[in-house]
Order: sequence, then structure tokens, then C-alpha cells
Amino acid sequence: MTELRMRGKGADPDSVSENGDNKEADGGDRLGLPGEAGGEGDGDSESKADTPEVPPSTADNTPHFLNKAVEGLNPRWKNWWIRGVLSLAMISGFFMIIYLGPIMLILVVMTIQIKCFQEIIDIGYRVYHSYELPWFRTLSWYFLICVNYFFYGETLAEYFGALVQREDSLQFLVRYHRFISFAFYLAGFCMFVLSLVKKHYRLQFYMFAWTHVTLLIVVTQSHLVIQNLFEGMIWFIVPISIVICNDIMAYLFGFFFGRTPLIKLSPKKTWEGFIGGFFGTLVFGFILAYLLAQFQYFVCPVEYNSETNRFTAECEPSDIFVMHQYTLPSTVQDILTWKTVNLYPYQIHSVALSTFGSLIGPFGGFFASGFKRAFKIKDFADTIPGHGGIMDRFDCQYLMATFTHVYIASFIRGPNPSKVLQQLLVLQPKQQLSVFFTMRDRLRDRGILPPAATDPM
Amino acid sequence: MTELRHRGTTENDLLYQQSEDKGSENEGKAEKDGVSDSETKPDTGLLEVPVPADDTPEVLNKALSGLSSRWKNWWVRGILTLAMISFFFIIIYLGPMVLMLIVLCVQIKCFQEIIHIGYSVYHSYHLPWFRTLSWYFLLCVNYFFYGETVTDYFFNLVQREEPLRILSKYHRLISFALYLTGFCMFVLSLLKKHYRLQFYMFGWTHVTLLIVVTQSHLIIHNLFEGMIWFIVPISCVICNDIMAYMFGFFFGRTPLIKLSPKKTWEGFIGGFFSTVVFGILLSYVMAGYSFFVCPVEFNSDHNSFEVDCVPSDLFQLQDYALPASLESFTGRPTVRLYPFQIHSISLSAFASLMGPFGGFFASGFKRAFKIKDFANTIPGHGGIMDRFDCQYLMATFVNVYIASFIRGPNPAKVVQQLLALRLDQQLNIFNSLKSHLTERGLLVEAA
Repeated sequence: MTELRMRGKGADPDSVSENGDNKEADGGDRLGLPGEAGGEGDGDSESKADTPEVPPSTADNTPHFLNKAVEGLNPRWKNWWIRGVLSLAMISGFFMIIYLGPIMLILVVMTIQIKCFQEIIDIGYRVYHSYELPWFRTLSWYFLICVNYFFYGETLAEYFGALVQREDSLQFLVRYHRFISFAFYLAGFCMFVLSLVKKHYRLQFYMFAWTHVTLLIVVTQSHLVIQNLFEGMIWFIVPISIVICNDIMAYLFGFFFGRTPLIKLSPKKTWEGFIGGFFGTLVFGFILAYLLAQFQYFVCPVEYNSETNRFTAECEPSDIFVMHQYTLPSTVQDILTWKTVNLYPYQIHSVALSTFGSLIGPFGGFFASGFKRAFKIKDFADTIPGHGGIMDRFDCQYLMATFTHVYIASFIRGPNPSKVLQQLLVLQPKQQLSVFFTMRDRLRDRGILPPAATDPM
Repeated sequence: MTELRHRGTTENDLLYQQSEDKGSENEGKAEKDGVSDSETKPDTGLLEVPVPADDTPEVLNKALSGLSSRWKNWWVRGILTLAMISFFFIIIYLGPMVLMLIVLCVQIKCFQEIIHIGYSVYHSYHLPWFRTLSWYFLLCVNYFFYGETVTDYFFNLVQREEPLRILSKYHRLISFALYLTGFCMFVLSLLKKHYRLQFYMFGWTHVTLLIVVTQSHLIIHNLFEGMIWFIVPISCVICNDIMAYMFGFFFGRTPLIKLSPKKTWEGFIGGFFSTVVFGILLSYVMAGYSFFVCPVEFNSDHNSFEVDCVPSDLFQLQDYALPASLESFTGRPTVRLYPFQIHSISLSAFASLMGPFGGFFASGFKRAFKIKDFANTIPGHGGIMDRFDCQYLMATFVNVYIASFIRGPNPAKVVQQLLALRLDQQLNIFNSLKSHLTERGLLVEAA
């Protein structure tokens, strides 16, 4: 999430200071920006030439009824109220989507991904004045579709194994999925090469690279979010809530107690906010994990039931969602006079998630702030009144999604059984037989299977 | 591979190049838009650098001192080409381990060349963190990929040694932590006046990693399938380059694409057909040796790589009935081929049709940044990237081709995953497999 500036007053002083700061930066990379042929010392002409300094003018996007409702108030509080109302609206929206279930969540994730991609590509177009190169929009969207096709195809093949086995056309697509995706990507690559226009080589390469980096960041991570979701909705809800909570807590602590600046990059962040946010998020994560771990709806892996053609989340909750007794260390025992405490193991994992969200999450925010300062934009876009674009809300989430995914892969689950079975069925018959015999011996060793003497096989 | 221009003498070449570029950029200069203006002014002095003949070793220079300057350059190129091809044969002979090391070295050199260009373009030399950060990211990504490869192929060795086992179990987490450290260092290193430069270099580094490092690992994966999957694709690309040049030299008339004015349709088509023929012949020669066709395995008893196996069906001679027209033409009803030779046709077709696009991409890139070659590493040829630009698409294609049409999943890897599952899941899968095999009649129920 971006630095929480007071937007009502912030527009003018910020833009002036940014111009002053970045004069020399742009002098250095004159080569990179076509619009700055003459401008080294003149901050204004630079900013006009390359990036339209679109002041966020939040009030313009605010719906009419909100404007009327807060008309009477002081302008500073007015803006604060708009932000607050929109925050509540977004959080309620979040709850509604969770209630509606996994399919909705996937669709919403996909929509957000597309919007983030569009916002970043728009910035690239503005920076490079690429609007007049008609192929770019087509190519950028085409690459987005290709990469999404690749990732969704891999996901579908894994999780919808039974459905895929039934339909022949789907089976063909799954078996040659990588080849088909690669062919699509190649077609885009060739179109790019053929579209190179003599005077615009550098611009075109820049946009090509910009598109690819954006895809790398936005699309891969949105798919990690969906993979986390399939592990169980709790793995989706808790990380996102932790990041949101950290943002709000850090803001509140900073607002009331903030004194020492944290980093030059975001002057409004303070150490008090950072540390307060850390502890606040730990507690919040702990409590939220406790609340959610009791419901099957949240903790069970999402599975696709091919008979009813719906997603279900029904299972025997795994060990980490079963209450365990932990003995407290003696020091804590003296303080609390309890010998043991009942916890879900998942709550301990939530401590790790909260720690990451509070310590490293802000770096994602700093990265986005640096990016906006580098390209002299105030917000990624104006989609949400009072908050900026979708990217502004989601910039901290990306690192969190990747971390959650890696965490799950390392500490929680093993490989996905249906995927392993699928791989088994693709092997050559000889290989299948040898795997079968290996497994049989192992299972016998473990006592799961009856030993050879009584087993006729 | 780049367009095979006649390099000539240094001054002639430089002038020729400059005039060629100026001619193509004249319209650009006239623009008020400033796209080329800001580019040409500072660039001309800095980057119109390469002076290939200076790098030529003394011995070669002396040997060729008598010849005319045009032929001299042709000879330098020719000798270096032969040297590179012989070097290629030597490392093949030395075996898989050396090949992997060579691939690693080539990857590092390519990365360095591209990053170097980025520095020149953005004048980023005075930002000391960048070189460190770029190399650090290279290390991280390499660690991640090599770790995955090692875990896959050296499974037994890894399970035996305790520290390796832990590294392998938490491999993704460790790699991610290393990457995050680099990311945080980047954020902390952002300097007030240099934000945009720094973001550009960050983006440049990542795109370079995406292109160079991932594809070099695909090459190594191909290598492990069997050295023939490494040798034949690379040879097809090299052959296509040489053949297209020859055909273009002798018969070239119609230009192929504005981006590379020296390429011709005659060269393209001639290269296509001769590469297909070359591929078929080469596969025929290689498919007979188990050294080339067997998957590379690590023998944990001897601690060395070995290639020893019963060649798969792909590498056994089979009879194919010729279609009637060919029958009457050649007078033979059937022909004995390795199935691999048919696959080699698709590999050659890809190398001839798509490989040049990789070359055009690299040419466009060099024109965009106004450089003649990526670097001066190889006299007469330019940098390592110049030689390898067509190979990258090929490596990815071969990998995807193998995954789609040739092999299924690696059985050892599947067993490994099975054993990592929970016991009840293992039992489920065991029973599913049993019923599947029984259905297919592969397993006979004794009772």
C-alpha cells in the first residue's frame, strides 16, 4: 500500500518537491526518455514533456452522493471521511466475495490482475509516448492472454483432473499444453519482431521489456494467490487480512505516536508506526487464525466435485487445524499462572505470516513509492476515489502471496496427490509397473499393506 | 546469430556502419519528436566502438599479413569458426560434466555482456550498487535453478548427505529468502536523484535473467535427456547460419526483412532445405551410439556421470513404408530410419524458420541501442551473445518438444513425490494404480 499521505493538502507541495528532486535524475537518463531532448535544468518542461503530471484530483472521481454527504465538513476531514468510507466499502466487498465462494474469488483475482496490468502498461505508454504505435496495445494484451492461458491451463489440469479425463478435447489440450502455450507465445514474439519500425526500435524494445516485467510481477503472483486459495481459503484470507491490518495499524500508530522517520523514500512512514504495526498485526493474525480455523469452509482444500460440478470445501481438517495443548515455558507460566494453553498449530504459522507481512510487506510499498517517484506519478490510476488505483492497494500483497506459497510448499503440504497420480498414469506401462512394485514394497515395510505371505499378489 | 556482414578493415567497417546507421536514422533525426535526437547525440561518441581487428591475436595477424584486407577478414572469421567448431567437438568428447560447466560459463558471459550494454546506455557506472546487485540476482536465480536440477537428478546423493538434504527440502524457501534480500537491498539503495535509472537497471537485469538464465537451464535439462538432444539442436542452428550465408552469398537477390538488409530469401530457403538434410544425416550418425542417446545419469557409487542404457524405441532402426510416389522414384519399398530422424526434421524446421527471428530480435536490439556487436570477445565475430542469440529460442523449443512428445515425467521423480505424501494418500494412489494396471491387463490378480 502506498504511503498514506493527506491527499487534500498534499498535491502541490509534493509535486514541487518531486520536480526539484528528480531534475538531475532525468538529466542522467536523458537517453531513456525521448521527451526530454532539451530539458536538463528545467523541471517543469521535463515533467510536462514526459509524464502528464495528473494530480489525483480525488474529488473528481468521488461519486455524487458522497460529495453531498460530506459537503458541510472541513476539507481536511472531508478527505479523511471519503477514504474511510471507501476503506469500509472495500472491506465489506472482501467479506461478500468470501461468502460467495471460491469461484467468485478466482474471478475477482483475475479481474484485479487484469486491472493492475492495465494500469502499469498505461504508465509505460505515457512515459514513452507510445500511444501512436498501434501494435503495442495489441501485443501487450496478447502476451497477457498467453501467459494467463499457460498458468490457468496448468492449474486446471492439476485441480480438475477428473473433469479433464472425461472430455477428449480437454485431454488433448492438457497433454500438449506446454507446446500450445509456447506456440502462442512464439507467435507474439514473431509479431513483435515483424512490427519493429525503423525510427522506433528503442521505444519498442522498452515497451516489450516493460510488458514482460509487468507480466512477471503481476500475473505470476496472481496465480500464486489462486494456488494458495486452493490449499484452503484460510491461506488466502489470513495473508491478505494481515497486510491490510498492518497498513491500517501502522497508519494509526504513526498518526498518534509517530516521530522518527523510517526511510527517506517515504517520508510519512515512522518507526513508531512500523513497530506498532508489527505487534498489532501479530495479535490480529493470531486472533483471526483462531477464529477461522474452526470452520471447515475455510480450512479445507478446495476441490472440484465432478458429480455436482461445483467446488466443495469439505474434509477432515488436517493436523494444523486441530486444537493442541502446548505447555508454556516456565517464565510465562509464572506470569499467567496457566500450565498449558490450547492452540491451533496454525496460529503459530500465522505468527510467521504476520511477521513477514509486517517486516517485508512495507518493502513492497517502498518499491511502489520509488517507482512512482521515478516516473513522477502520484498514483497508479484513479480507479478508487481517495485511494488511487488498484495497484496502489495491492502493491504490498504481492510479496506476501509469493511468501505464503513458498511457505506452504516448504512447511505444510507435500505434493498434490492427484497431480502425482496424473503423472503416474502418463508413464510408460513398464515404468508404471516398476513404480507399483516399489510402492508395494515400501508400503509393506511400513506395515500399511499386509506382508507378502498372506497377500496373494 | 547476427547478420553475416563482411567486416573489412577497421576504418572502412566503422564508416560503413556509421553511414548505414545514419542512412537509416536520417528520417529519425529530422523528427522534432526527439525520439532519435536525444539518442544519437550522446551515443555516437560512446558506443560506436567495436574495432574487431584489434582483438585478433598476433599470430593470426602475422600469418595473414600478406593478403588483401577483404580476404584477410574473411580468413579470420573462417579460422575462428573452425576453432569454435573444434572446441565444440572437444567438449562433447569430454563429457556431460564439462558441457554443463561450459554452458554455465557461456551464460555468465552473455549476462555480463547484456548488463554491460545496459550500463553504457544508462551511464550507470557511478552507481556502485548495481553491479553488485545484478551479479547477486544472477547468483540467486542460478542457485534456484541448479538446486532444482540437482534435486531432480542427484536424488540419491542428496538423500545421503544430511546438509544437502536440508538444503533440498527447504530449497524454495532458501532461494526466495536470498532473492528477497536482494530486493530489499535494491529498495534501500534507491537514491533520490537516480530513481528512474535504478528502476531501469532493475528491469533490465530481470529481463536479462529471464532470457539468459532460464534458457541456459533448459539447455542443461535437454542435455540430461541425452547428449543428442543438446548436440543436434545446436548443430542445426549453426548449420542454418552457415548454409543461409552460403546460399545468400552465391544466389542472394531478394532482401528478406528491412531489419537485416543482408538477409535474402534465397539464403533463407536454401538454408531451410540444407538444414533439414543436415539434421537427418547428423541424427543418423549419432543415433547409433549409446554415448549420445542415453539419458545422463549420476552414478552415486562411482560419483561420476555415466551414459549407459538400452536405447529407447526412438533410437532403434525401424522400417518405414515409403509412399507410392517415392517408391517409384527410389525403387525401394521401405526405408530404414531411426524415429529420431523424423523428430530431427521438426527440430531443423524450427531452427530454420524461427531461429532467424531470434537473430532479427538481436539485430533490432543492437540497432535500437546503436551498438555493432554485443562485445569483442571473439575476433571476427563479436561477443558470445552474437553467436548464441539464435540458440535461445531453440533451447526452449527443444525442451517443450521433449516434454510434449517424447518423454513423460521422470519415474524416479514421481516415486520421490509419492514417498513424500501422507501414508493414507499413498495407499489411495497405490490402489488406484493397482486398479488401473489390472484394467490394462498389465497386472494379473493371482487370486
